[in-house]
Amino acid sequence: MTARPGLLLWLVLALPPVRHGLEAAMSLQMLVQIPLLALAGWWLLPLLPRRALDAIADWNRSGISGLLLATLVAMVWMLPRSMDAAIESFAVEVLKFTSVPLLIGMALAASWPRAGFVVRGVFLVEAIATAFRVGWLYEAAPQRLCTNYLLGDQQLLGRLLFALGAVASLWLVGRLVWGRTDVGERMLR
Amino acid sequence: MPALRTLLASLLILAAGSATLAAATDGFRAFTSEAARRLAVAEQPRPVPAVVLQGSGGEALPLAALRGRWLLVNFFYTRCPTYCSIQGSEFARLQDELADAIAARKAALLSISFDPAHDEPRELAAYLERSRSRGEGWFAARPTDAADLRALKQAFGVSVIADGLGGFEHNAAILVVDPAGRLVSVIDWDAPEDALRVLRQGLAP
Repeated sequence: MTARPGLLLWLVLALPPVRHGLEAAMSLQMLVQIPLLALAGWWLLPLLPRRALDAIADWNRSGISGLLLATLVAMVWMLPRSMDAAIESFAVEVLKFTSVPLLIGMALAASWPRAGFVVRGVFLVEAIATAFRVGWLYEAAPQRLCTNYLLGDQQLLGRLLFALGAVASLWLVGRLVWGRTDVGERMLR
Repeated sequence: MPALRTLLASLLILAAGSATLAAATDGFRAFTSEAARRLAVAEQPRPVPAVVLQGSGGEALPLAALRGRWLLVNFFYTRCPTYCSIQGSEFARLQDELADAIAARKAALLSISFDPAHDEPRELAAYLERSRSRGEGWFAARPTDAADLRALKQAFGVSVIADGLGGFEHNAAILVVDPAGRLVSVIDWDAPEDALRVLRQGLAP
Protein backbone atom coordinates (compact mmCIF):
# COMPACT_ATOMS: atom_id res chain seq x y z
CA MET A 1 0.00 0.00 0.00
CA THR A 2 1.36 3.37 -0.95
CA ALA A 3 0.08 6.89 -0.48
CA ARG A 4 1.23 7.98 -3.92
CA PRO A 5 -2.16 7.87 -5.71
CA GLY A 6 -3.68 9.91 -2.89
CA LEU A 7 -0.99 12.57 -3.07
CA LEU A 8 -1.24 12.68 -6.85
CA LEU A 9 -5.03 13.09 -6.77
CA TRP A 10 -4.73 15.77 -4.10
CA LEU A 11 -2.22 17.75 -6.14
CA VAL A 12 -4.24 17.44 -9.34
CA LEU A 13 -7.37 18.70 -7.56
CA ALA A 14 -5.38 21.64 -6.21
CA LEU A 15 -4.19 22.74 -9.69
CA PRO A 16 -5.87 26.09 -10.32
CA PRO A 17 -7.58 25.12 -13.63
CA VAL A 18 -8.95 21.90 -12.10
CA ARG A 19 -9.97 23.72 -8.93
CA HIS A 20 -11.79 26.47 -10.78
CA GLY A 21 -13.35 24.03 -13.21
CA LEU A 22 -14.75 21.87 -10.44
CA GLU A 23 -16.04 24.91 -8.58
CA ALA A 24 -17.76 26.41 -11.62
CA ALA A 25 -20.98 24.57 -10.80
CA MET A 26 -22.53 23.74 -7.46
CA SER A 27 -23.15 20.14 -8.51
CA LEU A 28 -19.50 19.72 -9.51
CA GLN A 29 -18.20 21.06 -6.22
CA MET A 30 -20.51 18.95 -4.07
CA LEU A 31 -20.66 15.71 -6.08
CA VAL A 32 -17.23 15.61 -7.72
CA GLN A 33 -14.68 17.85 -6.04
CA ILE A 34 -15.48 17.15 -2.40
CA PRO A 35 -15.89 13.36 -2.87
CA LEU A 36 -12.60 13.22 -4.83
CA LEU A 37 -10.84 15.15 -2.07
CA ALA A 38 -12.18 12.63 0.41
CA LEU A 39 -11.00 9.77 -1.83
CA ALA A 40 -7.52 11.32 -1.95
CA GLY A 41 -7.54 11.39 1.85
CA TRP A 42 -8.66 7.74 1.97
CA TRP A 43 -5.63 6.80 -0.16
CA LEU A 44 -3.37 8.85 2.13
CA LEU A 45 -3.94 6.55 5.11
CA PRO A 46 -0.62 4.65 4.54
CA LEU A 47 1.15 7.91 5.44
CA LEU A 48 0.25 7.22 9.07
CA PRO A 49 2.78 4.94 10.77
CA ARG A 50 1.58 1.57 12.05
CA ARG A 51 2.00 2.66 15.68
CA ALA A 52 -0.17 5.75 15.20
CA LEU A 53 -2.88 3.60 13.62
CA ASP A 54 -2.78 1.19 16.56
CA ALA A 55 -2.99 4.06 19.03
CA ILE A 56 -5.97 5.54 17.19
CA ALA A 57 -7.66 2.15 17.04
CA ASP A 58 -7.90 2.03 20.84
CA TRP A 59 -10.03 5.17 20.71
CA ASN A 60 -11.98 4.15 17.64
CA ARG A 61 -13.86 0.97 18.49
CA SER A 62 -15.96 -0.26 15.56
CA GLY A 63 -14.80 2.90 13.79
CA ILE A 64 -17.42 4.94 15.62
CA SER A 65 -15.25 7.95 16.53
CA GLY A 66 -13.89 8.24 13.00
CA LEU A 67 -17.29 7.92 11.33
CA LEU A 68 -18.65 10.57 13.68
CA LEU A 69 -15.75 12.88 12.83
CA ALA A 70 -16.25 12.37 9.08
CA THR A 71 -20.00 13.00 9.45
CA LEU A 72 -19.56 16.27 11.34
CA VAL A 73 -16.91 17.61 8.98
CA ALA A 74 -19.13 16.65 6.02
CA MET A 75 -21.98 18.59 7.64
CA VAL A 76 -19.82 21.70 7.76
CA TRP A 77 -18.95 21.44 4.06
CA MET A 78 -22.57 20.79 3.12
CA LEU A 79 -23.61 24.22 4.38
CA PRO A 80 -24.39 26.46 1.39
CA ARG A 81 -22.46 29.16 3.21
CA SER A 82 -19.30 27.06 3.33
CA MET A 83 -19.42 26.30 -0.39
CA ASP A 84 -19.74 30.03 -1.07
CA ALA A 85 -16.96 30.89 1.36
CA ALA A 86 -14.58 28.35 -0.20
CA ILE A 87 -14.90 30.20 -3.50
CA GLU A 88 -14.67 33.68 -2.05
CA SER A 89 -11.89 33.19 0.50
CA PHE A 90 -8.56 31.49 -0.10
CA ALA A 91 -8.17 30.70 3.61
CA VAL A 92 -11.47 28.78 3.63
CA GLU A 93 -10.38 27.00 0.45
CA VAL A 94 -7.19 25.87 2.18
CA LEU A 95 -9.30 24.63 5.09
CA LYS A 96 -11.45 22.66 2.67
CA PHE A 97 -8.46 21.14 0.90
CA THR A 98 -7.02 19.94 4.22
CA SER A 99 -10.06 19.04 6.31
CA VAL A 100 -11.93 17.08 3.63
CA PRO A 101 -9.04 14.70 2.80
CA LEU A 102 -7.76 14.32 6.35
CA LEU A 103 -10.87 14.54 8.52
CA ILE A 104 -13.33 12.90 6.12
CA GLY A 105 -11.31 10.67 3.76
CA MET A 106 -8.59 9.51 6.10
CA ALA A 107 -10.99 9.14 9.03
CA LEU A 108 -13.26 6.96 6.87
CA ALA A 109 -10.32 4.85 5.70
CA ALA A 110 -9.22 4.29 9.30
CA SER A 111 -12.74 3.50 10.49
CA TRP A 112 -14.79 1.82 7.75
CA PRO A 113 -12.88 -1.50 7.81
CA ARG A 114 -13.40 -1.68 11.59
CA ALA A 115 -17.12 -0.95 11.44
CA GLY A 116 -19.48 -3.87 11.89
CA PHE A 117 -22.74 -4.58 10.12
CA VAL A 118 -24.89 -2.41 12.40
CA VAL A 119 -22.53 0.57 12.41
CA ARG A 120 -22.16 0.44 8.62
CA GLY A 121 -25.91 0.13 8.21
CA VAL A 122 -26.64 3.15 10.41
CA PHE A 123 -23.99 5.22 8.62
CA LEU A 124 -25.17 4.28 5.12
CA VAL A 125 -28.86 4.77 5.83
CA GLU A 126 -28.17 8.15 7.38
CA ALA A 127 -26.00 9.14 4.40
CA ILE A 128 -28.77 8.11 2.00
CA ALA A 129 -31.37 10.00 4.04
CA THR A 130 -29.14 13.08 3.97
CA ALA A 131 -28.86 12.86 0.17
CA PHE A 132 -32.68 12.84 -0.03
CA ARG A 133 -33.13 15.64 2.51
CA VAL A 134 -30.52 17.96 1.00
CA GLY A 135 -31.62 17.04 -2.52
CA TRP A 136 -35.20 17.96 -1.70
CA LEU A 137 -34.10 21.23 -0.13
CA TYR A 138 -32.06 22.21 -3.20
CA GLU A 139 -34.74 21.10 -5.64
CA ALA A 140 -37.56 22.91 -3.82
CA ALA A 141 -35.87 26.09 -2.56
CA PRO A 142 -37.27 29.01 -4.57
CA GLN A 143 -34.17 31.10 -3.85
CA ARG A 144 -30.53 30.56 -4.46
CA LEU A 145 -28.82 29.18 -1.36
CA CYS A 146 -25.32 29.90 -2.69
CA THR A 147 -24.87 33.40 -4.04
CA ASN A 148 -22.08 32.17 -6.32
CA TYR A 149 -24.21 29.62 -8.16
CA LEU A 150 -27.20 29.79 -10.49
CA LEU A 151 -30.65 28.66 -9.37
CA GLY A 152 -30.84 26.14 -12.22
CA ASP A 153 -27.57 24.58 -11.07
CA GLN A 154 -28.90 24.29 -7.52
CA GLN A 155 -32.01 22.49 -8.79
CA LEU A 156 -29.87 20.18 -10.92
CA LEU A 157 -27.81 19.33 -7.84
CA GLY A 158 -31.04 18.60 -5.97
CA ARG A 159 -32.17 16.16 -8.65
CA LEU A 160 -28.74 14.52 -8.81
CA LEU A 161 -28.70 14.05 -5.03
CA PHE A 162 -32.15 12.48 -5.27
CA ALA A 163 -30.92 10.12 -7.99
CA LEU A 164 -27.83 9.29 -5.93
CA GLY A 165 -29.97 8.52 -2.89
CA ALA A 166 -32.23 6.29 -4.98
CA VAL A 167 -29.34 4.35 -6.54
CA ALA A 168 -27.65 3.94 -3.16
CA SER A 169 -30.90 2.67 -1.62
CA LEU A 170 -31.32 0.10 -4.39
CA TRP A 171 -27.70 -0.97 -4.03
CA LEU A 172 -28.16 -1.34 -0.28
CA VAL A 173 -31.33 -3.40 -0.73
CA GLY A 174 -29.46 -5.54 -3.26
CA ARG A 175 -26.65 -6.13 -0.80
CA LEU A 176 -29.13 -7.08 1.92
CA VAL A 177 -30.99 -9.52 -0.30
CA TRP A 178 -28.13 -11.12 -2.24
CA GLY A 179 -24.88 -10.06 -0.60
CA ARG A 180 -22.92 -11.12 2.44
CA THR A 181 -23.86 -9.20 5.55
CA ASP A 182 -21.09 -10.35 7.87
CA VAL A 183 -18.06 -8.11 7.89
CA GLY A 184 -15.39 -10.61 8.86
CA GLU A 185 -14.40 -11.28 12.44
CA ARG A 186 -10.74 -10.41 12.00
CA MET A 187 -11.54 -6.75 11.48
CA LEU A 188 -13.77 -6.38 14.49
CA ARG A 189 -11.31 -7.03 17.31
CA MET B 1 -10.93 -0.21 27.61
CA PRO B 2 -11.55 0.67 23.95
CA ALA B 3 -15.29 1.09 24.56
CA LEU B 4 -14.91 3.81 27.17
CA ARG B 5 -12.11 5.49 25.25
CA THR B 6 -14.22 5.46 22.09
CA LEU B 7 -17.12 6.99 24.01
CA LEU B 8 -14.82 9.69 25.35
CA ALA B 9 -13.29 10.38 21.93
CA SER B 10 -16.75 10.50 20.33
CA LEU B 11 -18.02 12.96 22.94
CA LEU B 12 -15.01 15.20 22.36
CA ILE B 13 -15.48 15.01 18.59
CA LEU B 14 -19.17 15.79 19.01
CA ALA B 15 -18.39 18.82 21.18
CA ALA B 16 -15.73 20.13 18.79
CA GLY B 17 -17.97 19.45 15.79
CA SER B 18 -20.92 21.28 17.34
CA ALA B 19 -18.71 24.22 18.22
CA THR B 20 -17.40 24.34 14.63
CA LEU B 21 -20.91 24.17 13.19
CA ALA B 22 -22.02 26.92 15.55
CA ALA B 23 -19.08 29.10 14.53
CA ALA B 24 -19.71 28.42 10.82
CA THR B 25 -23.37 29.47 11.10
CA ASP B 26 -23.13 32.42 13.52
CA GLY B 27 -24.67 30.31 16.27
CA PHE B 28 -27.05 28.36 13.99
CA ARG B 29 -28.58 31.63 12.78
CA ALA B 30 -27.20 31.91 9.23
CA PHE B 31 -26.82 28.85 6.99
CA THR B 32 -26.48 30.73 3.70
CA SER B 33 -24.21 33.61 2.74
CA GLU B 34 -27.29 35.79 2.12
CA ALA B 35 -28.50 35.18 5.69
CA ALA B 36 -24.97 35.92 6.91
CA ARG B 37 -24.95 39.22 5.03
CA ARG B 38 -28.25 40.27 6.60
CA LEU B 39 -27.17 39.27 10.07
CA ALA B 40 -23.83 41.07 9.75
CA VAL B 41 -25.49 44.25 8.51
CA ALA B 42 -28.17 44.18 11.23
CA GLU B 43 -25.59 43.67 13.96
CA GLN B 44 -23.00 46.06 12.60
CA PRO B 45 -24.14 48.73 10.14
CA ARG B 46 -21.60 49.26 7.36
CA PRO B 47 -20.51 52.62 6.00
CA VAL B 48 -21.30 53.05 2.33
CA PRO B 49 -18.30 54.11 0.20
CA ALA B 50 -18.30 57.76 -0.88
CA VAL B 51 -18.19 57.07 -4.61
CA VAL B 52 -19.44 59.44 -7.29
CA LEU B 53 -22.05 57.85 -9.55
CA GLN B 54 -23.37 59.08 -12.86
CA GLY B 55 -27.11 59.77 -12.92
CA SER B 56 -29.67 59.21 -15.65
CA GLY B 57 -29.23 62.76 -16.91
CA GLY B 58 -25.48 62.23 -17.25
CA GLU B 59 -24.89 64.33 -14.12
CA ALA B 60 -22.43 63.46 -11.35
CA LEU B 61 -24.21 62.00 -8.34
CA PRO B 62 -21.93 61.78 -5.30
CA LEU B 63 -23.29 59.34 -2.70
CA ALA B 64 -22.01 61.75 -0.06
CA ALA B 65 -24.53 64.32 -1.34
CA LEU B 66 -27.34 61.99 -0.29
CA ARG B 67 -26.21 61.94 3.34
CA GLY B 68 -28.88 63.18 5.70
CA ARG B 69 -31.60 61.21 3.89
CA TRP B 70 -32.86 57.70 4.36
CA LEU B 71 -32.09 55.76 1.20
CA LEU B 72 -33.70 52.68 -0.26
CA VAL B 73 -31.12 51.21 -2.62
CA ASN B 74 -31.36 48.39 -5.13
CA PHE B 75 -28.82 46.96 -7.53
CA PHE B 76 -30.05 46.08 -11.02
CA TYR B 77 -29.26 46.07 -14.69
CA THR B 78 -31.61 47.58 -17.24
CA ARG B 79 -31.78 44.50 -19.50
CA CYS B 80 -32.97 42.37 -16.57
CA PRO B 81 -36.14 40.62 -17.69
CA THR B 82 -37.27 39.33 -14.28
CA TYR B 83 -37.18 40.82 -10.83
CA CYS B 84 -35.49 44.11 -11.69
CA SER B 85 -38.55 45.18 -13.64
CA ILE B 86 -40.89 44.10 -10.85
CA GLN B 87 -38.68 45.94 -8.42
CA GLY B 88 -38.92 48.95 -10.70
CA SER B 89 -42.68 49.16 -10.27
CA GLU B 90 -42.26 48.53 -6.54
CA PHE B 91 -39.90 51.47 -6.30
CA ALA B 92 -42.42 53.63 -8.16
CA ARG B 93 -45.02 52.68 -5.56
CA LEU B 94 -42.59 53.39 -2.72
CA GLN B 95 -41.95 56.75 -4.35
CA ASP B 96 -45.66 57.50 -4.02
CA GLU B 97 -45.86 56.28 -0.44
CA LEU B 98 -42.83 58.32 0.55
CA ALA B 99 -43.78 61.44 -1.41
CA ASP B 100 -43.85 63.66 1.70
CA ALA B 101 -40.48 62.51 3.02
CA ILE B 102 -39.02 62.82 -0.47
CA ALA B 103 -40.33 66.37 -0.85
CA ALA B 104 -38.82 67.22 2.56
CA ARG B 105 -35.53 65.73 1.32
CA LYS B 106 -35.57 63.21 4.13
CA ALA B 107 -35.74 60.15 1.94
CA ALA B 108 -34.74 59.05 -1.55
CA LEU B 109 -34.66 55.95 -3.74
CA LEU B 110 -31.52 54.92 -5.55
CA SER B 111 -31.15 52.21 -8.20
CA ILE B 112 -27.54 51.38 -8.97
CA SER B 113 -26.66 49.48 -12.14
CA PHE B 114 -24.00 46.79 -11.85
CA ASP B 115 -23.74 46.66 -15.65
CA PRO B 116 -22.30 50.14 -16.30
CA ALA B 117 -20.82 49.14 -19.66
CA HIS B 118 -24.30 48.75 -21.12
CA ASP B 119 -26.35 50.97 -18.81
CA GLU B 120 -25.49 54.42 -20.07
CA PRO B 121 -27.51 57.40 -18.80
CA ARG B 122 -29.91 56.96 -21.74
CA GLU B 123 -30.71 53.38 -20.66
CA LEU B 124 -31.08 54.45 -17.04
CA ALA B 125 -33.53 57.18 -18.00
CA ALA B 126 -35.50 54.69 -20.09
CA TYR B 127 -35.64 52.31 -17.11
CA LEU B 128 -37.07 55.05 -14.87
CA GLU B 129 -39.60 55.90 -17.54
CA ARG B 130 -40.57 52.25 -18.03
CA SER B 131 -41.02 51.84 -14.30
CA ARG B 132 -43.25 54.94 -14.23
CA SER B 133 -41.04 56.96 -11.95
CA ARG B 134 -42.66 60.23 -10.84
CA GLY B 135 -39.28 61.89 -11.33
CA GLU B 136 -38.74 63.36 -7.89
CA GLY B 137 -36.51 61.51 -5.43
CA TRP B 138 -35.69 58.36 -7.39
CA PHE B 139 -32.23 58.22 -8.90
CA ALA B 140 -31.01 55.61 -11.33
CA ALA B 141 -27.24 55.71 -11.60
CA ARG B 142 -24.16 53.78 -12.64
CA PRO B 143 -20.64 53.65 -11.21
CA THR B 144 -18.14 55.23 -13.58
CA ASP B 145 -15.20 52.92 -13.01
CA ALA B 146 -14.55 49.31 -12.13
CA ALA B 147 -12.98 50.11 -8.75
CA ASP B 148 -16.10 52.01 -7.65
CA LEU B 149 -18.32 49.13 -8.75
CA ARG B 150 -16.15 46.70 -6.78
CA ALA B 151 -16.26 48.92 -3.69
CA LEU B 152 -20.05 49.20 -3.91
CA LYS B 153 -20.55 45.45 -4.39
CA GLN B 154 -18.25 44.77 -1.48
CA ALA B 155 -19.89 47.26 0.89
CA PHE B 156 -23.45 46.23 0.02
CA GLY B 157 -22.61 42.52 -0.19
CA VAL B 158 -23.90 42.28 -3.75
CA SER B 159 -22.91 39.20 -5.73
CA VAL B 160 -23.50 39.07 -9.47
CA ILE B 161 -22.88 36.06 -11.70
CA ALA B 162 -23.41 35.69 -15.43
CA ASP B 163 -26.28 33.32 -16.21
CA GLY B 164 -24.72 32.17 -19.49
CA LEU B 165 -27.57 33.70 -21.51
CA GLY B 166 -26.17 37.22 -21.62
CA GLY B 167 -27.90 38.17 -18.38
CA PHE B 168 -27.04 38.00 -14.69
CA GLU B 169 -28.29 36.36 -11.53
CA HIS B 170 -27.80 38.52 -8.46
CA ASN B 171 -28.91 38.62 -4.86
CA ALA B 172 -31.60 41.22 -5.37
CA ALA B 173 -32.73 43.00 -2.22
CA ILE B 174 -33.87 46.35 -0.89
CA LEU B 175 -30.95 47.89 0.97
CA VAL B 176 -31.67 50.53 3.62
CA VAL B 177 -29.06 53.26 4.20
CA ASP B 178 -29.53 55.61 7.15
CA PRO B 179 -28.91 59.39 7.11
CA ALA B 180 -25.39 58.79 8.44
CA GLY B 181 -24.61 56.86 5.25
CA ARG B 182 -24.56 53.41 6.81
CA LEU B 183 -26.16 50.27 5.39
CA VAL B 184 -28.44 49.24 8.26
CA SER B 185 -30.82 46.66 6.84
CA VAL B 186 -31.21 44.18 3.99
CA ILE B 187 -34.81 43.40 3.05
CA ASP B 188 -36.30 40.83 0.65
CA TRP B 189 -36.67 42.35 -2.79
CA ASP B 190 -40.36 41.39 -2.87
CA ALA B 191 -41.22 42.85 0.53
CA PRO B 192 -41.39 46.63 -0.08
CA GLU B 193 -43.84 46.97 2.80
CA ASP B 194 -41.04 45.89 5.18
CA ALA B 195 -38.75 48.54 3.69
CA LEU B 196 -41.49 51.11 4.16
CA ARG B 197 -41.90 50.10 7.81
CA VAL B 198 -38.15 50.44 8.51
CA LEU B 199 -38.13 53.84 6.84
CA ARG B 200 -41.23 55.11 8.64
CA GLN B 201 -39.66 54.03 11.92
CA GLY B 202 -36.51 55.94 11.04
CA LEU B 203 -38.40 59.01 9.88
CA ALA B 204 -40.67 59.13 12.93
CA PRO B 205 -39.73 62.13 15.08
